[in-house]
Amino acid sequence: MRLATTTGLAVSALLRSKLRSLLTTLGVVIGVAAVIIMQSMGAGATAMVTGELSGMGSNMLMLMPGATQGMGGASLGAPLFTRDDLAAIGRECPAVRAASVMNVRSVRVVTGDENRSTNLYGVSPSYLEIRQWLTVMGRGLTEEDERQGAKVCVIGETNRIELFGSVDPIGAEIRVHDLACTVVGVLEPKGASTFGQDQDDLVLMPSTTYGRRIMGDDRIGVMMLSAVAEDRIDEAKAQVQSLMRQRRRVLEGEDDDFTVRDMRELIAIMGTITGVLTSLLAGVAAISLVVGGIGIMNIMLVSVTERTREIGIRLAVGARARDILAQFLVEAVVLSLAGGMLGLLLGAVGSYAASRVLDLPFSLPPMAAALAVGVSVVVGVLFGVFPARKAAHLRPIVALRFE
Amino acid sequence: MQAPREPLLSLRRITKVFGEGDATVQALRGVDLDVYPGEFVAIMGASGSGKSTAMNILGCLDAPTEGQYLVEGIPVESLPGDVLAALRNDRLGFVFQGFNLLPRTSALDNVELPLVYADVSASERRVRARRALAEVGLAGRERAHPNQLSGGQQQRVAIARALVNAPEVLLADEPTGNLDTRTSAEIMALLVALNRDRGITIVMVTHDTDIAAYAGRLVTFRDGLIVSDQPRAAP
Ligand SMILES: Nc1ncnc2c1ncn2[C@@H]1O[C@H](COP(=O)(O)OP(=O)(O)OP(=O)(O)O)[C@@H](O)[C@H]1O
Ligand SMILES: [Mg+2]
Repeated sequence: MRLATTTGLAVSALLRSKLRSLLTTLGVVIGVAAVIIMQSMGAGATAMVTGELSGMGSNMLMLMPGATQGMGGASLGAPLFTRDDLAAIGRECPAVRAASVMNVRSVRVVTGDENRSTNLYGVSPSYLEIRQWLTVMGRGLTEEDERQGAKVCVIGETNRIELFGSVDPIGAEIRVHDLACTVVGVLEPKGASTFGQDQDDLVLMPSTTYGRRIMGDDRIGVMMLSAVAEDRIDEAKAQVQSLMRQRRRVLEGEDDDFTVRDMRELIAIMGTITGVLTSLLAGVAAISLVVGGIGIMNIMLVSVTERTREIGIRLAVGARARDILAQFLVEAVVLSLAGGMLGLLLGAVGSYAASRVLDLPFSLPPMAAALAVGVSVVVGVLFGVFPARKAAHLRPIVALRFE
Repeated sequence: MQAPREPLLSLRRITKVFGEGDATVQALRGVDLDVYPGEFVAIMGASGSGKSTAMNILGCLDAPTEGQYLVEGIPVESLPGDVLAALRNDRLGFVFQGFNLLPRTSALDNVELPLVYADVSASERRVRARRALAEVGLAGRERAHPNQLSGGQQQRVAIARALVNAPEVLLADEPTGNLDTRTSAEIMALLVALNRDRGITIVMVTHDTDIAAYAGRLVTFRDGLIVSDQPRAAP
């Protein structure tokens, strides 16, 4: 029997019981749609993280105490850096343009009757320049502030709204961890990060003020550096590394007890994290595809049993085993292919909607789409073959007498 | 009777046992039957005497427990599945006691079914199926589904389906069982014409002596055995 005839037969058989066909293929529709949405959102998130990180200043470097560990940061327990280390980097690393302290802790800030918890950063005056951040009101922190340990701070947009509302914050006083500080500037809003962190929920103050008045400890946790140019990042890194090995007395042959990271590495790390997330989500979605396939197999088995008399009639008028096999196989494939297409459509619409709602860049990875539809056909064939084989080898009278 | 020729169909010491253990039923107990080309054989016998069982074996729909079934001298059990399917498709036409039409499928599509498996083109299938339906008096009812047809009409669709591929042998299990006298006479006239004009060999089961009278030979079954086999004067 010709393929066209078989396909025609299959399609008309499927159309004869539309609702059941739809329900059968629903599993595949949902499975494929889920895979597509997960892949698309994963790709969108990756693009966004990458974009965000490169926006952070691509010639930025980060210096942390502790040996480098895997994907994450650095191990704990290594000695912190000192003010002398910071000065030495400024003096002895020509490829480093600027170096800043970045000490962080969470604190309570209080104004009049407002009171909230936020992140307090103790930073050097060059910090804003390194991060490529701007102030939208007032000014940033100055060398003068740093030298004097001035009781001043620059606040993020979230703190401005929460603490001051419509009142002009410049010159106002807030209590940061019981230290009265004058607000001298407000940072440009940056919104939420990819991981949902509010990047405007912070207060910056001179690192000297932070060290002496908040922590009572002037050592440095993390340093942010910038290279003089993007193509000299590796050079800057090497200079910082050899200087630190020398200053921290790391012996020849021993591993660094500190870590220098640049943005490219961070981007790569974030890429790996979002990649792992994407694969996890896609894995879950793939499982639903398999469940969908089992749904098809189940219904095909039921359908073969239900239509045993039909098979008997066909065999009695001269159908060969392979005609019956082809009929049921093609039915399964048509069903799962239709499901795959429908799922693809649904997935595309769904991921477009999701990208709107979550404000992610929209992209539909063609590989994922091809794969999902391909898998759904394979599922149809695999799960169609078994019941179809079962049906094709019945003796006509046995099939005809089947109740 | 004509000079002996090679039999077209022959059953040799056929037995058929259904079921296992204590619940076995011996439907056929050693049946010998030769059907010659161009014959019109009527089979009669009490209900449960094994008529349908024998017909199913003749139609290659079932296999005997013991004994041999030969078509033109070739043992059917030696034939591969595809050859058997081809045999069922274009040499044997079968009319079942219980119609066995595809539900939710038009009369026309039902009649076309054997042609689908004979690889006949769609347009020719249409033409031949329409003609077969017209021959059994169902012109105009092509689009009707089995559940929209009377028992007699369904029977006629089943006959049209058996005839559509111009088989050499028509095996009919009570083809007039559900028809009134007048329609029965029409169908029998059709079968007689097919036998006489086209030389189609017919084996037909019936409970009705009047219907059996159309045949040239009467075979009687009792308890799984043939108890009489006599020629009749053709009408
Ligand atoms: N599939 C089967 N399983 C078990 N027993 C069967 C089966 N088919 C037929 N039989 C038994 O075999 C015997 C012969 O049945 P068969 O259908 O050949 O009778 P029949 O002569 O056609 O009767 P009727 O005139 O009522 O159609 C009966 O006793 C029946 O119960
Ligand atoms: Mg019977």
